[in-house]
Amino acid sequence: MEDLIEKLKKEVIEQLNLEDISAEDIDADSPLFGEGLGLDSIDALELIVLLEKNYGLKIEDPKDGKKIFHSIRTMADYITEYQRA
Amino acid sequence: MKEVYIAGDNIISSLGFTTTANMDALRSGQIGLNLVTDPTLFPSPLPLSLVDTGVLEEQFREVLTLRGKTDSPQSFTRLEKFFIISIHSALAPLPIVPEDTGTLFVLSTTKGNIELLEVRNKNQFDSRRVFLWEMAHVVRDFFGFAHPPLIVSNACISGIVALVVAFRYLRTGMYEHAVVSGGDILSEFVISGFQSFQSLSPTPCRPYDAGRDGLSLGEGAGTMVLTTDRRLLKGAPVRITGAATSNDANHISGPSRTGEELSLAMLEAMKEAALSPADIGFINAHGTATPFNDEMESKSIALAGLLDVPVNSLKGYWGHTLGAAGVIESVVAVHALEDQLLIRSAGFETPGVPHPIRVISETVEQPMNSCLKTASGFGGCNAAILFERTIP
Amino acid sequence: MSQSITAYSQIRSSCIKVNGSIEYCDENFITFAEFIKPFFKHLNLGYPKFYKMDPLSKLGFIAAELVFRKINIALYDRNRVGIVLANASSSLDTDLAHQRTIDNRSQYFPSPSVFVYTLPNIMIGEICIRHQLKGENGFLISEKFDSLLLFNYVNELFQHHRVDACLTGWVDLLQERFEALLLFVEPTTKAPAEEPLKVSIPFSAEAMDTLYKIT
Repeated sequence: MEDLIEKLKKEVIEQLNLEDISAEDIDADSPLFGEGLGLDSIDALELIVLLEKNYGLKIEDPKDGKKIFHSIRTMADYITEYQRA
Repeated sequence: MKEVYIAGDNIISSLGFTTTANMDALRSGQIGLNLVTDPTLFPSPLPLSLVDTGVLEEQFREVLTLRGKTDSPQSFTRLEKFFIISIHSALAPLPIVPEDTGTLFVLSTTKGNIELLEVRNKNQFDSRRVFLWEMAHVVRDFFGFAHPPLIVSNACISGIVALVVAFRYLRTGMYEHAVVSGGDILSEFVISGFQSFQSLSPTPCRPYDAGRDGLSLGEGAGTMVLTTDRRLLKGAPVRITGAATSNDANHISGPSRTGEELSLAMLEAMKEAALSPADIGFINAHGTATPFNDEMESKSIALAGLLDVPVNSLKGYWGHTLGAAGVIESVVAVHALEDQLLIRSAGFETPGVPHPIRVISETVEQPMNSCLKTASGFGGCNAAILFERTIP
Repeated sequence: MSQSITAYSQIRSSCIKVNGSIEYCDENFITFAEFIKPFFKHLNLGYPKFYKMDPLSKLGFIAAELVFRKINIALYDRNRVGIVLANASSSLDTDLAHQRTIDNRSQYFPSPSVFVYTLPNIMIGEICIRHQLKGENGFLISEKFDSLLLFNYVNELFQHHRVDACLTGWVDLLQERFEALLLFVEPTTKAPAEEPLKVSIPFSAEAMDTLYKIT
């Protein structure tokens, strides 16, 4: 799980072009949207692409994204659950 | 300042190849959006508004013959054929000639010949053809326009910006006539992009409706010929009397939260035309049917004091035609004014925007003198243009 | 009523200039990203959104940033400051990037953050967001830098009283070739305001040509 979290942090930084932010700066439990990283609606869509491209997971309803993309840990939980299924 | 009149026009869409064919279809409520299964456009079926390729080729060969051209139809791209047929059709009944140094040529497109980037289309044309200026030069050379084309590429407001610039150049006397043509084709490029934004509806789009769930895409082209020479025109021609653009300065893809900036463009256009809200017969708005766009438009209409004015969007008929939209929807607005016709906003049933805008739910005749046409697009851009009848 | 160019910036031939003075040069870059990133860091703007922009928007954003260092934009009605830009390549540089994401059906992952930049006027949007400008917008295309095209458009905006001031110019980028010339245009004042950072060049197509030719 912790490996996946570290991997995800790096992937998020790369996919969203967060140049000034390093993996250590991201807390796995902190909200990704709102104050924290300054992500916006395009970033939310970009995270959907990340899950599909890197993990083969398709989010059909963008509304589900809110829960899944709450934090790095919720993303990791989602991936672990669905990759096993 | 001179008066700027609309002298002629054309629309090419899924609903037909002439303005008359399109107006007849709109009047009878015909919808041009159909479920299309075409893997070269998109992996799964999608409602799209496509121009009939068979008719397109037939019409294009006819234009070649009428213009005495010996070029092979294969030496023109699909979009160039749209533009050429549309300009030919708009100019044919008029004494205005492209070769005249008083004639301005304005072309609007968002993506031009973008399908030439696809692997399957490589080497069919010179690689320069993907540049918008090269495509516009092909169209210019076909007609022999005296001046190089003025090319506008400003996202979804491109067509209106093209009309606005022609309006201004004619008003101050820089040119006497203008041929303003806007067009875009549907391509895998554009569809995949809008799909990545999750903004495409699985069913024909429903502007302003409570159940709206995204936009539908279409293709087409339109041409409007403008002139300051009233002697060339019969009857009581429609004029352009005001225009403005603005920017949200908020987000590159999401619309303004307040609608203030679109309302600013609307109010500026009305100010230039010296019209008040009570003078406006109807608004032909952008109405893409994405939740946020339509919401923003309702806020703008409220802010501009136009809640009592009937509103429609034509996207429910032929989808969002991108660089063509501003032109073809303006052509419909002009003819609706001439015919004194409020056209039903297709796809609308239940009000679903924050302010009580008067969406036209039934096509009816009504006396009116002016139409405010608006559009908004990616990059936060907004545009508004006013069409007014000349009272005989 | 006549207009003057009161500030301008140029980015070309490995150098960045403002009002004619060299601000930064780097001969040793290969890609545009390598060229512009150190300069962006040097500006110290604290604007992480810059990294999300496509190369064309980055070029226009930096060129505009330099112009607005010479102009006190707070003194203007931001609803009446327009932006009119032109180039030859439209958004083709990013169009090619989007096309690569859909070329292969087994690797079909179109990216919204790439696609959104496949329109050249997104650059205008980025500049408007940064400086809160809400006036007239226009993006034009021409094969080469065409001073008359831009001059006529901007001149008509003033003639029709649509703007109090306008940022205009040429911002072109395609596959690591890039050039930008941005000008701030406003009515000529008889007694120039006490803004020592400004220049005063009568606005004309010839003046634009002269500035474009100076490298």
